[in-house]
Amino acid sequence: MRVADLKTMAEQESAALAVFRARLLVCYSAPCLAAGADAVREALEKEVAGRGLAADVQLVSTGCLGPCSRGPMVTVSQPGQADAVYEKVTPETAVAILDHHASQGPPADGFRMSPENPFLTRQMRVALANCGLIDPERIEDYIARGGYGGLAHALHELDPSEVCFEIKHSGLRGRGGGGYPTGLKWNLVRKAPGAKKYVVANGDEGDPGAYMDRTLMESDPHRVLEGMAIAGYAVGAEQGFIYVRGEYPVAAQRLDKAIKAAERLGLLGSRVLESNFNFRIDIRIGAGAFVCGEETALMASIMGLRGQPVPRPPYPAQKGLWGCPTLINNVETFGNVPDIVSKGSDWYAASGTPKCRGTKVFALCGQVENTGLVEVPMGMTLREIVYDLGGGIPGGRAFKAVQTGGPSGGCIPASHLDTPVDYEGLQQLGSIMGSGGFIVMDDRSCMVDVARFFMEFCLDESCGKCVPCRAGTVQMHRILTRITQGKAGPDDLEKLEALCEMVRDSSLCGLGQAAPNPVLSTLRWFRDEYEAHIHEKRCPAGVCRLTPSEGGER
Amino acid sequence: MPVVTLTINDELVSALDGELLLKVIREQGVKLPTLCHLDGLSERGGCRLCMVEVEGIHRLQSACTTAAREGMVVRTHTDRLVSYRKMILELLFAERNHVCAVCVMNRHCELQDVAAKAGVDHVRYDYLATGLPMDTSHERFGLDQNRCILCGRCQRVCDEVEGAHTWDVMGRGAGSRVITDLNHPWGESRSCTSCGKCVQVCPTGALFNKGVTVSEMEKEPEFLTRILEGREKKQWSR
Repeated sequence: MRVADLKTMAEQESAALAVFRARLLVCYSAPCLAAGADAVREALEKEVAGRGLAADVQLVSTGCLGPCSRGPMVTVSQPGQADAVYEKVTPETAVAILDHHASQGPPADGFRMSPENPFLTRQMRVALANCGLIDPERIEDYIARGGYGGLAHALHELDPSEVCFEIKHSGLRGRGGGGYPTGLKWNLVRKAPGAKKYVVANGDEGDPGAYMDRTLMESDPHRVLEGMAIAGYAVGAEQGFIYVRGEYPVAAQRLDKAIKAAERLGLLGSRVLESNFNFRIDIRIGAGAFVCGEETALMASIMGLRGQPVPRPPYPAQKGLWGCPTLINNVETFGNVPDIVSKGSDWYAASGTPKCRGTKVFALCGQVENTGLVEVPMGMTLREIVYDLGGGIPGGRAFKAVQTGGPSGGCIPASHLDTPVDYEGLQQLGSIMGSGGFIVMDDRSCMVDVARFFMEFCLDESCGKCVPCRAGTVQMHRILTRITQGKAGPDDLEKLEALCEMVRDSSLCGLGQAAPNPVLSTLRWFRDEYEAHIHEKRCPAGVCRLTPSEGGER
Repeated sequence: MPVVTLTINDELVSALDGELLLKVIREQGVKLPTLCHLDGLSERGGCRLCMVEVEGIHRLQSACTTAAREGMVVRTHTDRLVSYRKMILELLFAERNHVCAVCVMNRHCELQDVAAKAGVDHVRYDYLATGLPMDTSHERFGLDQNRCILCGRCQRVCDEVEGAHTWDVMGRGAGSRVITDLNHPWGESRSCTSCGKCVQVCPTGALFNKGVTVSEMEKEPEFLTRILEGREKKQWSR
């Protein structure tokens, strides 16, 4: 395929779509399927066939649209009109929606999400731009929306150093959580000496409550592949690996289909888009270890070894897969790349904050009205995310804290809700941006119990290689359990803090170094809760069942 | 290889560029404890006892995996490092059953020795009392999981020096166990050559010769450098 063919294909596809009076996009991702998207689609299919509307109305099963608590979602796209988004659609309302949009029936406004809903209006979708709007299994859908245009532009109009410069200039930083400047990393790998280089996409998303990467891989797999191919061209790699978490079989299937489709069209494989650039992508599937999200452990796993981290330096950019320079970026980072290249780095750098450009996807969950995936510009405050996009706390309860960054992150209290979200801002509060988990908690959450939960996660997921993480997490978890049971002694808090510091400072990899974060941050903002458990044998939130003594059980 | 100058505990020291810090530090007569490191094996950086502070690097670095560089300023025994080392050793003692009084390696054990030198006289953490199984199926050697500190020496010597790769680790975190073959009894292992290198390099009484009783097991991990040097000089080739 040549660049001209790509354009022709996009035009033909757009023309083919323009003939439909209405396109009904049924969200077919896991939350909507669980809520009954299957029945909705079936009812629509029957109705469309029954009324002989097949030539006027197109039914599409899409990936995730975002507002997951409101599923099943149906979006109606009509030429010349703004998209109408319907929530909590049942087979009956689906028919009413069809009536309205295809047969001039009365509006089904009762089920329509208000177009002014901040959940829709406040977002800025870059990585998620196509999610919920295209059929992830059709490469034509992606191409119709400008897909692979970034790759074509890079291959035919830019040389590798210019691509790296564009990425650097865009201000994009690693979306896996570390926030390392992406352009800098690409340049490191490009300049590293080596006949063979590799590109790896980290799709081993393991934080509890986080599903940004899964959604991206399931709903818009080609975007990730295009980002990787551009990276391959920029750093001089001919082989890419995409490491998909074992718990994401649908993502792996869709990526596999996408790779085959792209290879058939000459968008991957040998002589990509008739250039001299060759790029293959293979999928590697994880086997359920959280630590394999750590880059050195991930590489060990790709090479068929036990998934254990090794000390850095040497960094993967110098010595990675099979000793060759290797570029590792998160799936979401790659998801931003195609648009940066096709629309220009200035366009991307225009959003966000001076230090953190662009957007970030968050998985809003916990005690908020609107749970789901949101992509917002960097620098939006926590309050805007929780109250505007999230719609506030259900039942009029009080906001207590938001947990960001999963087991490596921390809890941020209500007094800091006006903090703008960026890497440094969250770090100053003792949390991290992380991959984008965003768990909102109300006054019914006990912060000691939350810390205990995350410590349990870390002790279970520790690989066991270094002593501080392997044995330290066990002891920290025991102390936290004692506190939540009301059995802790007065010296336990001191012991816990000392352990936290030691494990943070001396563990081998990021998992151990960050494992004490949930404890340290809750100690920082909610120390009184720890003290109430220990000294008064009382759980202020009423969560922990303390052994009855002076304070009694609540 | 270019030569570099660095500062260790306020003293100027010369080293080869890229030489491992642990070697440079020990050459200066500074005693730095280690458990997973053994001359002749690849470095692992797992026990974290040889951690040092390097100026300008935020994290503590394990000296066994860090290369010496020009102008580095290294500290080996700050208050923080000394207290962390003690904590790590206590964590090891609490993790499994290290009861010296009934151990075959009493008085010859590296863990015991390192702990005594670090001044560990009590353990602040809960003893986990794991009660793990033993494997005495091998005709000459035995394995007591309860005394294993997961240093990985047995795996490395078996893989790198003997070339058999009988040993490996299964499970993860606190549930990690050293295993022979695919968790088959040692005595039934098809890959084990019964060379006994793993027993010699094991720092504790986890691997031992059968037939020894309390305090009788003595090991000689230095054999490793001897045979590796011999190999290099082709001492045994015909």
